[in-house]
Amino acid sequence: MTAVVTLDKVTKRYGKQAAVNDVTLELGGGQCIALVGHNGAGKTTLIKMMLGLTHATSGRIRVLGEDPLSHGGQQARLAIGYLPESVAFPASLTGREMLRFYARLKRRPVSECDPLLARVGLVEAAHKRIGAYSKGMRQRLGLAQALLGSPRLLFLDEPTTGLDPFLRHSFYSIIAELRERGVTAVLSSHALSELETRVDKIVVLHQGKALVTGTLDSLRTMARLPTIFRLRLRNGLAGKVPAIFEGLAASSVAADGAIELSCAADRKMEVLRRAQAIEGLDDIEIMSPSLDQLYASFLQDKQGIA
Amino acid sequence: MRNLGIIAGKEVRDGLRNRWIVATTLLLAALALTLTFLGSVPTGTVGASRLAVTIVSLSSLTIFLVPLIALLLAYDAVVGEFDRGTLLLLLSYPVARWQVVIGKFLGHLAILAFATVVGYGAAAGALLVADGHVEGLATFAAMIGSSILLGAVFVAIGYFISAIVRDRGLAGGLAIGVWLLFVLIYDMALLGLLVVDKGRVISAGVLDALLLLNPADAFRVLNLTGSGGVSQFAGMAGLSEDAGLSPAVLVGALLLWTVLPLGGAALALGRRQL
Repeated sequence: MTAVVTLDKVTKRYGKQAAVNDVTLELGGGQCIALVGHNGAGKTTLIKMMLGLTHATSGRIRVLGEDPLSHGGQQARLAIGYLPESVAFPASLTGREMLRFYARLKRRPVSECDPLLARVGLVEAAHKRIGAYSKGMRQRLGLAQALLGSPRLLFLDEPTTGLDPFLRHSFYSIIAELRERGVTAVLSSHALSELETRVDKIVVLHQGKALVTGTLDSLRTMARLPTIFRLRLRNGLAGKVPAIFEGLAASSVAADGAIELSCAADRKMEVLRRAQAIEGLDDIEIMSPSLDQLYASFLQDKQGIA
Repeated sequence: MRNLGIIAGKEVRDGLRNRWIVATTLLLAALALTLTFLGSVPTGTVGASRLAVTIVSLSSLTIFLVPLIALLLAYDAVVGEFDRGTLLLLLSYPVARWQVVIGKFLGHLAILAFATVVGYGAAAGALLVADGHVEGLATFAAMIGSSILLGAVFVAIGYFISAIVRDRGLAGGLAIGVWLLFVLIYDMALLGLLVVDKGRVISAGVLDALLLLNPADAFRVLNLTGSGGVSQFAGMAGLSEDAGLSPAVLVGALLLWTVLPLGGAALALGRRQL
């Protein structure tokens, strides 16, 4: 697996403020990676640097083997798709005209455009002026232009903002399809819960620094957040914590009588085994820490240290 | 090269869509026709050909209007796209930044050229129909050509403004300022200076240089001193005898006035952090 993107100690300063601070990162082919962080954490700046839209103050960037600011980097953009945060188009052109314009710039046949418009569900609106488009439609047109020419590498900056749940779903199914074809994708988002099952690698950014990098599982292990169990027992047993969990998990009784157990991730299976053995168990709910919680916990750690 | 064509083509399509092309063409045609027929009323059947009269009036029209149209087309070209966020996406495509500047410039110039050729051409055509024959078409064609060149100068200046400022309002203000300076204030100041100076300090050479420093003046000298008939009519005969400015020098100055601001705009956009 060769690296599609390499960042080596990349820093970007605006005056004294470091928007991106000493980020080192390597992205393999076919990976889907999520940049996660607050507004202003440096996600967009990082993407812009990888596209050569802005240059790094220091450090080394290689995208598809080229420096994005060089002439070779400009040519490499033939194989890159980009969906900017809050994408905008000239209002007076129609969706089809716009997409054809971008296809020409990417040296693709304009016959590629109509199938793409169909894929993002813009066929009926293709002949309408973009000025009359809704935010969701513009976002879909943005996605269509990013997918022009089957790119090898995709940068999607906050791709799902402004999309309704249905479109969001179809958006992620397009991403999944691309991943199967070996497309490398970089997503940035703060809609963390959406990303959980859809990305291979997560980079948590905070104030320009890459706080942690890893898979969701490895992040969970790192954060050491407890797994929560909710046990619902048959009437009569409700509200009484069985003694078998002593020393294994912290327990409490919820207002509705359900028993809540909280344990470390590595004890999860043991707790589950014992819970199953309980007579009169009606229902069991397991809640692994969500990406939201992980993110919050990493930031708390960060602030604790600082 | 292909990228230039693609970007210019999009700009022209945009101009068609938002009615810029229609509006400027109609405006120029209407004013040109008005000047052609009303402007020739007082001359009656004096020796000068009607076309020569028309050239004089259209040249004056060009000096006022073409720079204004050009600046209005151009001032928003970079800063506006930057503001609306369309530039970000465009520059993520495999195009160089100078190609974006030059491509858009060519598109805007094409819009202006079309409006000028059709608008002024309508006046020449109308004269042809009215009189049956027209002399001095070559001079007229040269006038149209130089009008387009003057347009190119101000589109380029507009691009330079657009590429160096961060605010659309400021760009618009500067564009109007440039228009006022070159079209109105400069000449008045120059005239005042000549009156006060009475030929003591300002030699013919200095005057030439001062005329070249304002593209609108370079255009004026180029057209109004061109042929004998026209210069007599324009009241510029005296000036044309003094001025040692050949058409080649004047055209060269106008070209320089185009290339330098345009190069500056490309440079400024190249350095811009998005």
